[in-house]
Amino acid sequence: MKPEGEKERFLDRQENVDRLLWAFTVLGCAVLAVDFFFHRHAYLSWEHVWGFYGLFGAVGIVVLVQAAKGLRRLVMRDEDYYESD
Amino acid sequence: MSPTELPPFVLFFGAAVLTPFLRGRVRGGILLLVPLLGGLSLLGLEPGSYGQITVMGYRLTLMRVDKLSLLFGYLFHLASFLAFLFAIHLKKEEGASLQHTAGLLYAGSALGAVFAGDFITLFVFWEILALSSVFLVWARGSRRSLTSGIRYLVVNVVSGVLLLAGAVVHVHQTGSIAFEYMGLGGIASWLILLSFGIKAGFPLLHNWLVDAYPEATPTGTVFLSAFTTKVAVYALARAFPGAELLVWVGVTMTVFPIFYAVIENDLRRVLSYSMINQIGFMVTGIGLGTALSVNGAVAHAFNDVIFKGLLMMSMGAVLYRTGKINGTDLGGLYKSMPLTATFSMVGAASISALPLFSGFVSKSMVMAAALEGGHGWVWLLLLFASAGVVEHAGIKIPFFSFFAHDSGIRTREAPPNMLLAMGIAAVLCIAIGVFPQWTVYPLLPYAVEYVPYDTTHVVTQLQLLLFSSLGVFWMMRTGWYPPEKRSVNLDSDWVYRWLAPRVVGGVGTVVAVVDGGLRRLFLRGVGASLRRAGRVLSPTSGLSRHYPTGFMVIWVTILLGAYLLFYFL
Repeated sequence: MKPEGEKERFLDRQENVDRLLWAFTVLGCAVLAVDFFFHRHAYLSWEHVWGFYGLFGAVGIVVLVQAAKGLRRLVMRDEDYYESD
Repeated sequence: MSPTELPPFVLFFGAAVLTPFLRGRVRGGILLLVPLLGGLSLLGLEPGSYGQITVMGYRLTLMRVDKLSLLFGYLFHLASFLAFLFAIHLKKEEGASLQHTAGLLYAGSALGAVFAGDFITLFVFWEILALSSVFLVWARGSRRSLTSGIRYLVVNVVSGVLLLAGAVVHVHQTGSIAFEYMGLGGIASWLILLSFGIKAGFPLLHNWLVDAYPEATPTGTVFLSAFTTKVAVYALARAFPGAELLVWVGVTMTVFPIFYAVIENDLRRVLSYSMINQIGFMVTGIGLGTALSVNGAVAHAFNDVIFKGLLMMSMGAVLYRTGKINGTDLGGLYKSMPLTATFSMVGAASISALPLFSGFVSKSMVMAAALEGGHGWVWLLLLFASAGVVEHAGIKIPFFSFFAHDSGIRTREAPPNMLLAMGIAAVLCIAIGVFPQWTVYPLLPYAVEYVPYDTTHVVTQLQLLLFSSLGVFWMMRTGWYPPEKRSVNLDSDWVYRWLAPRVVGGVGTVVAVVDGGLRRLFLRGVGASLRRAGRVLSPTSGLSRHYPTGFMVIWVTILLGAYLLFYFL
């Protein structure tokens, strides 16, 4: 929490953060759109799939984070687990 | 021996002897001068073997100079300069003398190890690495740092013992103590690989690292992150390039820590998992064994020491100023520590391999080598791991400490010496990223033409980074992202920190029960025998009775009669 009386900063307002997020999303889509007119050289057949790198990045990260969330059920213990006895 | 041919560790060890007697500016000056002078003395050194001495009939080479050892030589001088600059403010009550002395011995032994031309020299420095660095963990003074330091020491000393065992077998088989290319085959090479593997953080052997590094002092972790694992990377690149096993070991190292890094709360522990992930890229490169991939591995080691050092410094500065390092406790620090936040983001961009930052020009060499070698699956997994780096090191580290929700913590910017160290590291990250052909590429061991900045590479990397970042940000926005939690996450150290003590304790209990039972049984038997004997021998028992003589005579007569009877029959 911001202490009382402190000047509000740009990032303190959620709507500004949202604006940045949307700007960032537009930027991402613009870079992905390069795939429409730029033929990149590729070693593997996967790479020829349209937008492969963007899709792989987005899907990969969601899979990673959700899997890690699941991993918590298996490995998460209290902070003093090793010191508890 | 001219002064430039003096093995670099001598300067560091000499300074380590002096440091405890020095104070203030003189000490600070020496701490900065030693790595500067040592680094300069390497310039213009011709390849060859220097500093050869004979001990007990063995000819030791204290300084073998070639492109591979020189690269790590420059790197360790640079890393120790930055680490000492970062730590130079330490006061007496923070254990300044102890930490500086340990730092000098540690950096010196890392240099001793990479310039060692034979197994005996290598072994000696391998052990001093462990013995000196553990004091950087213990200097924190907490109970946790004490216990994890002990575990750290045990594991690292075991690595040394394995190295010694492998070296003894090797010398017995080949008659040579020279530390050269080995390749896999034979018990000696496996022992030595295991020894290197412990120090490099191979899967399941990695836990000493994520256990101890986050428990060290704010400045000590910066030293730790630079030396031990990179000495191991050097040793692997020297002895086992092209060992195919290392490809898969490396890939595993890049992939498994990124899951832990997502859910870990201690941000320096996140960086420790991240270290294993980065070393995974190096180990993969060494395993692929082509000129490009080995170049990529050592170039990445060079860059990693700087950007991981920078990230560790930024988190060290946060810990130093706030006394906190958990994601749950931090946030909003960009308001108090804007420069540290900026430097941290430069480190984050570098480790994420954003174009124009150092990680981009080295990690891509390993990935390109995997593609050229037709290792499609290896490449795909490395790509997945690269996306993971963006999450934990690229976003999580700076985001949870400097941004996220405002924790309300208001503090001061890091001290000037810390800012200067971070600033130099940040400039180096960008300089190497923009001008690799004038910085890190000329230092590489093999002459290979590699152009990191072609359109395909830049575009695809930007697409990967942008969309993995967007994935994280949108998950955070929509609540899909797991919140930080105060917790311990079980890893393979559970086996020796939880299971083993209980198994040993359990076995002890069983032994005690069985032993107690047997003893009771025995005692009962003894008691019963004594009671029986008492009955038999008591004054009232049959044996103690007084018999009249006539009674005996009757029995003798009966026996004689019986004898006579049988005789005549």
